[in-house]
Amino acid sequence: MREPLLAGTARSERRRTDPLLRPGSTNCGGCGMSIAFNLFDRAVGDRTIQIVIPACCAIVTPGQYPRSAYGVPVVASTFASSAAVATGLAQVARLNGEATRVVCWAGDGGTYDIGLATLSAAAERDEDVLYVCYDNEIYGNTGGQRSSATPLGAVTTTTPRGKTVRKKDIVAIVAAHRVPYAATISLAHPEDALRKMTHALDARGFRFLHVLSPCPTGWKSEPAEGIELIRLAVRSGLFPVYEVFDGERTVIGVEPELSRAALERYFELQNRFREDSVDVARLSELIGADWARLRRQAREGPS
Amino acid sequence: MTTELLSANHAAAMAATLAGRANRRARGFGGGVYPITPQSECIELLCRQDFEKGEIVRVESEHSAMAVCMGFAFGGARSFTASSSNGLAYMTENVYAAAFYRLPIVMMAVNRTLGPPWNIWVDHGDTLLLRDAGWIQLYCEDNQEVMDTILLSYRLAEDARVLLPALVCQDAFVLSHTMVQTEVPEQELVDRFLPPLDLPHRLTDRAVTVGGLDFPHETEVHRKQHEEAMRRVPAVYAECQRAFEQVFGRRPPDPVVPYRMDDAEVALISMGTTASTVRRAVDRARDQGLRAGGLRVQMFRPFPERELRRNLAGCVRVGVIDRDISLGMGGVLWSEARSSAPRDALVQNYVVGLGGGDIRPEHVGAILSDLCERDEAGAPEIMEAE
Repeated sequence: MREPLLAGTARSERRRTDPLLRPGSTNCGGCGMSIAFNLFDRAVGDRTIQIVIPACCAIVTPGQYPRSAYGVPVVASTFASSAAVATGLAQVARLNGEATRVVCWAGDGGTYDIGLATLSAAAERDEDVLYVCYDNEIYGNTGGQRSSATPLGAVTTTTPRGKTVRKKDIVAIVAAHRVPYAATISLAHPEDALRKMTHALDARGFRFLHVLSPCPTGWKSEPAEGIELIRLAVRSGLFPVYEVFDGERTVIGVEPELSRAALERYFELQNRFREDSVDVARLSELIGADWARLRRQAREGPS
Repeated sequence: MTTELLSANHAAAMAATLAGRANRRARGFGGGVYPITPQSECIELLCRQDFEKGEIVRVESEHSAMAVCMGFAFGGARSFTASSSNGLAYMTENVYAAAFYRLPIVMMAVNRTLGPPWNIWVDHGDTLLLRDAGWIQLYCEDNQEVMDTILLSYRLAEDARVLLPALVCQDAFVLSHTMVQTEVPEQELVDRFLPPLDLPHRLTDRAVTVGGLDFPHETEVHRKQHEEAMRRVPAVYAECQRAFEQVFGRRPPDPVVPYRMDDAEVALISMGTTASTVRRAVDRARDQGLRAGGLRVQMFRPFPERELRRNLAGCVRVGVIDRDISLGMGGVLWSEARSSAPRDALVQNYVVGLGGGDIRPEHVGAILSDLCERDEAGAPEIMEAE
């Protein structure tokens, strides 16, 4: 039966009785990670999962020991180690014939930066792990320092004049390991997101989901405008919504308008971007080139 | 019981294999492994083994090797890895994490000099770097002991009263690459000695967050529980020794191994293979009428202070031989052991064999002479073994 989506937040018979993210988490209002968890909750349904979370915002989320705002078993790993701890758990599940799905839930710091070698190695080994990166483009847990996921122009506590280089293309990096599945998730497109999350949960081998996750605290934006920001990021082409199967077949999920107005609006709504910190015209060109490459990749496979 | 010509690296791999296979009746076995000289032969042999219910994961770093072990342990499986020197230094964050999570992982460490500059020979500074990591630390003197101590360590670490990881240390090349006849027990005997692992806090489908946030009081409680578990180790270790002897017919060494200490007035304390050389020097000194004895510290964590104190009761001069140095302090063994000597005894530290310099009986003889001629203890003596 096809269930009503209602923007991904409605309760339904498939929803877990113990939610993935229970009330009482420590997340800020408007945290994109909370929205991602609520979507993921619906994708997980009655599957048995275990989550490994490195030392990022999401390990503050459950609150003080021994309480937990997570409705599933969670292990906190050291910052760089989530994909390696998940490797061990997934191997034990396999050795014991258990259907448990092992999930890493890591921020951009633990994914793009300190955990990149661990992530790369687990991807190369094709471990049976679903790795979800909630990317708030900042070291949120430590007060908002730049990471290699911080976008061009963003002011952070360690880039007071705005970041001068672009963020890494993490999905391309992971897909280059020829993993079974790598996809980006737009929180403004719940139907596309749920389909990808469900596919990623049920596929075998290493799967990677990249979620652009608004952080009102770090982005200096209105908590209620998170979804709108993601919608603008998608419309402008800044955040491409696509998936890559086996590092070969690329499928574009949402065609962008490549709207310059949407891009400008995206920057206006966030005080982390100063008026002069982003050259919108230049960035539009770069986004256009990125999309030309992505469309060619979708047509012809990886170059 | 068959005897095979094995290096200590291979003995360690065989022991881990036997212990791993013994857990096929429970949740299996696994670990992450990463090569480093002089440990590589251990993990190479391990990677050639077949496991009915086990998996060795070839990872990209020591840091991840321990993380993979933690994943296996959280899943309820028995776990093993091995490392050395800078590999242990790189792994350190997760070494602490494994202990804080009370995961009964067993790791074999080949003691090697920390670099740079690069030096692959024996030095105890690498594992002593981890002395505060909350692991049991055992230092071996020969290859059979490496085999036996690893087997024993699983029973000790997995005991519900302990639940601590264990580090089994052996000297680079002196043991790691030296082949001697070693008794390899039958699987059936190992199965009898090692009960299936039943980790009480393994991850199930229960919604708990392991390792979220501790506030000061929770940390106080966790550290106290950890320390209490450490204090239970000697008694459980003694039980494991007895059980080991019943099954295998050999008794693994005590936490402190005395040599001719009954009437000794002068004692030399050491760790690892240095203790063998000390025995030779003690024999020579005894031939010359000196009432000398040797003490080997086999268990460094928890530190066997009471056993040392008992053994040193009649001594007036105590020399502590360190193959390590805490720069700005002196030998680590000395700084820990000196308070176990009688109050009016002269306790002198000798740092010798750093970076794998050969420690010969004449070096230990010179240490004994110096110790006997002194009027008072001085700063740690740093000796060049060449």
